Amino acid sequence: MKALPLSKAVFGSAVVVFLMAPLFAILPLAFTDSVFLNYPIPSFSLRWFDELFTADAWRRSIINSLIIGAGTTVLATVLGTVASLGLRGRSVSLLFGFFRTVFLLPMVVPAVVLGVGMQLMFAQYGLANTYLGVIVAHTVIAIPFVVVNVTAALQGIDHRLENAAASLGAPPIVVLRRVTLPLAMPGIISGAVFAFATSLDEVVLTLFVAGPNQRTVARQMFSTIRENISPAIAAAAFLFIAGTVVIAALVYLVRRRNQIA
Amino acid sequence: MMGNAFIHFDNVSKAFGVMTVVDNLELAIQQGEFVSMLGPSGSGKTTLLMMLAGFEAPSSGSISVKGKRVDALPPYKRNMGVVFQNYALFPHMTVAENVAFPLKMRGVSRSETAERVGKALDMVQLGQFHERRPSQLSGGQQQRVALARALVFEPEVVLMDEPLGALDKKLREQMQMDIRDIHHRLGLTIVFVTHDQAEALTMSDRIAIFNHGKIEQIGKPSEIYDRPTTQFVAEFIGETNLLSGRVTACRNGLLDVAVEGGQQIKVASTAKFEPGEHVKVSVRPERIELAPAGGSANELSVRVSDVVYRGDHLQVIAAAASGPLVVKSTRKASAPRIGDEAVASFSPEQCWIVA
Repeated sequence: MKALPLSKAVFGSAVVVFLMAPLFAILPLAFTDSVFLNYPIPSFSLRWFDELFTADAWRRSIINSLIIGAGTTVLATVLGTVASLGLRGRSVSLLFGFFRTVFLLPMVVPAVVLGVGMQLMFAQYGLANTYLGVIVAHTVIAIPFVVVNVTAALQGIDHRLENAAASLGAPPIVVLRRVTLPLAMPGIISGAVFAFATSLDEVVLTLFVAGPNQRTVARQMFSTIRENISPAIAAAAFLFIAGTVVIAALVYLVRRRNQIA
Repeated sequence: MMGNAFIHFDNVSKAFGVMTVVDNLELAIQQGEFVSMLGPSGSGKTTLLMMLAGFEAPSSGSISVKGKRVDALPPYKRNMGVVFQNYALFPHMTVAENVAFPLKMRGVSRSETAERVGKALDMVQLGQFHERRPSQLSGGQQQRVALARALVFEPEVVLMDEPLGALDKKLREQMQMDIRDIHHRLGLTIVFVTHDQAEALTMSDRIAIFNHGKIEQIGKPSEIYDRPTTQFVAEFIGETNLLSGRVTACRNGLLDVAVEGGQQIKVASTAKFEPGEHVKVSVRPERIELAPAGGSANELSVRVSDVVYRGDHLQVIAAAASGPLVVKSTRKASAPRIGDEAVASFSPEQCWIVA
């Protein structure tokens, strides 16, 4: 009787350590005042955050990431939500099964393969080395996350609520706007957050389709690692993680409020 | 009758794939009537309601309301109030917003909306719950909100799909009386789906008994209960004793039937039967008198094999030559005991032939 909770606790902590250890290993290095990315830390300073916001390459990359991330979030959320609505409740049909697979495919196709293809195609349509090109590329790999989240949210909606709204005089578009979308909103928000996060840390596609002007933070970190390993990377990573935690907390709070209210 | 029916199902069928759920059904409902559709699950009653509401399209046949066909109209143009079994309240809106929803859809002004929502919620005794969320209400209260929402836009027809199924017995009986009262006060036409026979008997002007996608019998509660025409109806509504036998004579609206075990009984019947024909006779348990010696036209000698205490009555199982009889014995009579020899008697008018 006592053994089970104990083994649970041991296994649980092992998983948490496995997942969190890399984060805790890199985070303190963001506050080093040494120019080397290694332990022990001689003394603490905020110089690398300063570097991040003042050095031109870093500042540009942060702005780029925000532009591309926002564009990707909007595009992927809209398209993914529309796709989920279209695929809703049609699990039996072969055709719709095919479409569903197509939408989820970018999750399993190697990014390198997508990248090569997109590079060739974007060059032909004048999208290579443009913000729009990068946003489109990021949208392709962000859509599956939106589709998965929104589909799950839609599955949780009792169809009778929509029938009730219709019987009370709401035409389909009003049912969608006032019942279906508000009820699916937690899933849509999760999908949007995932889309933004996907865009933020996407490197491979960015390498293929972005020009020097669309250098994102992730891309900048990647090249910094290759050229000169500076603790600015750790500072950037710190911002990434802190940002993610803040967004996740916000999403959690929004959901909780909706559930309680 | 059919011509001026308020709601008319004309030869309506509905099939899902190879499954025929509603089979060539004909039903006319008058304005202001409370009609219950009663039947086991899968008998097609809910599907029929969903077709009337517009959520399902008939495979063939037509549905008209006030002489106009509605089966091609989308649900939002039908102007019918629908109350669902699980209430189907919008969880992201307050009680008042839920009830205001149909008024908003109809472009009713803000001040009038507030007034009508207030009235509707007062009518269901939820006047102080305007700003609550549905999740903060009990099942009974949620059902009242659903009712207010379905009535607030003054539809001529209200459809209810087992609205009381999830409530406990006491609350259900209270709501039955409340809905009955609202029906009388507002003169609404109500189509009510249920599988609870007591509920149907309590509330309805007429009851339609569904079986395998067809209506087995439709009529006033008393007709359904006192004169079921088929074995299915007799057994579905209330309890019944079935005696099978053979007609020996038929004259002056009275049948002589030799039941299994050889005893003769008389059955009042307007229908004609040929001698030798096989028939089933139905008798309600409460119509049978159990006495040491009879005095009625139909007497079956029995031996009491079981007595079950039911509070307001005793349920007696009496073994007759034709098989076991269930008798509902009032507590006034002296209590029979297991092993007693007795005579079970009932008059020819209190039994009838069922198909």
